[in-house]
Amino acid sequence: MRRRTFIQGAAAGALTLFFSGQAGSAPIEAPRPGAYPDDFNAYLKIGADGRVGCFVGKAELGQGAMTVLAMLVAEELELDPARVDMLLGDTDLCPWDNATGGSLTMWQTAPALRGAAAEARAVLLGMAAKALNAKAAALEMKDGAIWVKGAPQRRITFGDLVKGRRLERHMGKVKPKPLGTWKVIGRSVPRKDARPKVTGAAKYVADLRMPGTLHACILRAPAHGLTLAKADTSAAEAIPGVRIVREGTLLAVLHPQPDMARKALGLVKGTFEGQEPDVDDVRIYQHLADKAATGLRTFISRGDVAAAEKRAAAVVEGEYRNAYESHASLEPHVSVAKWEDGRMTVWASTQSPFVIRDEVARSLELPVKQVRIITPFVGGGFGGKLVNPEALEAARIARQVPGVPIQVAWNREEDLFLDTYRPAAAVKIRAGVDAGGGIAFWDYQTVGAGLGEAEFAYDLSPNRYQASPVQAHPFQVGAWRAPSAHTNAFARESHLDVLAARAKVDPVTWRRRLANDARLLRLLDQAVDAFGWEPAPGPTGRGIGIACGAWRQAQVVCVAQVAVDKATGKVQVLRVLEAVDVGLVVNPDGARQQVEGAITMCVGQALSEEIRFKGGRILDRNFDTYLLPRFPAIPRIQVVFAENPAMPTQGIGEPPVVPVAAALANAVFDATGARVTHVPFTPERVLAALKLAKGQKEGS
Amino acid sequence: MDAPTSFTLNGKSVTVRSPRDRMLVWVLRDELGLTGTKVGCEAGLCLACTVVVDGDAVPSCSTSLGDVAGKAVTTIEGLEKEGRLDPVQKAFQDHHAFQCGYCTSGMIMAAWAFLTKKPRASRAEIVEALEGNLCRCGAHVRIIDAVESAGKARGGAK
Repeated sequence: MRRRTFIQGAAAGALTLFFSGQAGSAPIEAPRPGAYPDDFNAYLKIGADGRVGCFVGKAELGQGAMTVLAMLVAEELELDPARVDMLLGDTDLCPWDNATGGSLTMWQTAPALRGAAAEARAVLLGMAAKALNAKAAALEMKDGAIWVKGAPQRRITFGDLVKGRRLERHMGKVKPKPLGTWKVIGRSVPRKDARPKVTGAAKYVADLRMPGTLHACILRAPAHGLTLAKADTSAAEAIPGVRIVREGTLLAVLHPQPDMARKALGLVKGTFEGQEPDVDDVRIYQHLADKAATGLRTFISRGDVAAAEKRAAAVVEGEYRNAYESHASLEPHVSVAKWEDGRMTVWASTQSPFVIRDEVARSLELPVKQVRIITPFVGGGFGGKLVNPEALEAARIARQVPGVPIQVAWNREEDLFLDTYRPAAAVKIRAGVDAGGGIAFWDYQTVGAGLGEAEFAYDLSPNRYQASPVQAHPFQVGAWRAPSAHTNAFARESHLDVLAARAKVDPVTWRRRLANDARLLRLLDQAVDAFGWEPAPGPTGRGIGIACGAWRQAQVVCVAQVAVDKATGKVQVLRVLEAVDVGLVVNPDGARQQVEGAITMCVGQALSEEIRFKGGRILDRNFDTYLLPRFPAIPRIQVVFAENPAMPTQGIGEPPVVPVAAALANAVFDATGARVTHVPFTPERVLAALKLAKGQKEGS
Repeated sequence: MDAPTSFTLNGKSVTVRSPRDRMLVWVLRDELGLTGTKVGCEAGLCLACTVVVDGDAVPSCSTSLGDVAGKAVTTIEGLEKEGRLDPVQKAFQDHHAFQCGYCTSGMIMAAWAFLTKKPRASRAEIVEALEGNLCRCGAHVRIIDAVESAGKARGGAK
């Protein structure tokens, strides 16, 4: 009975695809909110056919969670990862987990899952010892069977051992297999999502096509700060099949066909009221500074900056900015909600199934256990799908039309308008320089973003780090892959380059002098050796720049080469190398994909991606003006990993993002002698920097 | 009821009764249930919705049903033959030339149409051919590798 329940549950979701075998014969562990489970049954179900079902509350966003988590289970249970069936992101079937973000999967979930698999291994060996009348130490395990060493006929399969029984044991007593005994970890394996993704069979939310689905298009205000006052829906309602749902300021046009719902929405005339913010993409930095001024706080302070300033030979100031940037996942936000038998089920393209479940419950005043979130394949996230307003919209509408699946699929304009952008930010650095050219103090202030990873493994003291917790953005901002860490790395690594050039010291030599960490020194060596860095003070005209960055314990060194067209200001990125130390690398090819992807995304971040706005109106509405990097912009990419398997794996989504824009800015300086200080460095900004550099040269 | 429109879809003749100005992507996804073709921008700017019409890669979000009347349309679902992947699909699989997979159908269809015309393409020609296709995850380098190797596999077979 329970097994049937599970199979039905899985079939109702979108991940059925992966259940080519009959996974799951043990009962379902009720998820415990807010904590990782301590019973391995929550994660693992061993089927009668010996396949292992693995349940994790993460999402497959393309980052390869499905594959790497299966590897961890396969390692402990001596299986081919292909025999581990993954079910992700279903809040009814998977144990509670944090959102899929912040490179937390390998940092937080992986140890819990490895522990569960290790426990399962010990239990299976114990049961087999009894069944085969042998000592556990005399047994061998492989491919779903256990036998007595030297007597392969004394053998029993996982399926025969478990026979659908629930195996009670609590985790934490058994250690995972130690380094040096691994057969799967550290080896590149085929991605589990490869075949469905190259055949078009992979199901994303909008592909579910549940019978009777109505597509809901929502009337949007033309600008942030405005809400719906009244609406004339008569023309839309004249279209056969159209239905209007209104709840407070939410107005949705429903139709069985998605394109017809959109067309009908275009016939609705809305009147909006409220106050647009009085700011635009040029004035935003002053706006942020003004708003921050009242709330500026010192978060880190070492030594006496004021006293050091009195002794300093000179003070070198710099301001480094970045614009709002969209996540721009190729799949826009989309959810389907169905209200049936007192339960709300939402199929969401989300990074945060458990967070969304709680939000839907709160919003609809339902007990959490009456809400279920199912997460099919997600078409990219990058932090943008940590929040899912469309899931709430779908649920609110579905509540009014019981039994009918309601799909809310934002179009590109909505996705760019409602995104929680990477915040615009400005960092001011005042660095003291002593008579010998060394750094005498470091006074650092960020507005618009936080101080994430502002400090690094450098000896920069005395120092002071300030930021303002005042929320000053004219619209929603959020976590964009390596939030605030890339803002701070751009500022710090740019300013260090300014100081290195001023002191006429090679930028790598300069960083080696500052580095207070042996691991960083080794990584710098690895990066410059792999790149073929030839030391020289900048600018050399070669167009090569370096920058470093961190995310938690992970460290990354980025070396980039660019060509700058001085007539047009266009930057072409030729080559980017990253040396990455994330500790243990579980899946080398998967990790490499994350680094390649991060470098590629950051070509867009550094050169072309900016959300332009006037008041509450977002001017970039599609990919004709919001410019993601296209094939001709993609450089040659090289990735090297530090050999550091003893350090727990740090996760790989964020770290490689952190230093890229800084390395590219430093490369532009090396090419031209001009300092770009505003991300993205568009042709206009590069031309302005070139003009400024020329003026300074002539003036000096 | 709209007049019937017929075209060939993945080698089979189909007839649908939809307005002729309905965009092909909705006919495929909503009416015919072929959801491998994705919707990314609805303006021909990301090409996630690329399908092949009489040998040419076109954005199905900006191609109407009327435009394909009497023509041969191939979608991602039409490439696999008797459980065997097309060499382009196989190359994308082997190179892991995708991450989230949302651009992948359009990317494969664009590459498939291109390689059919020019199997021995250089990397520069592949870059040019795929310029219109966006990938947000940054699988570009692997996509170029995959298309190059698929071209070699096809070219070698000739």
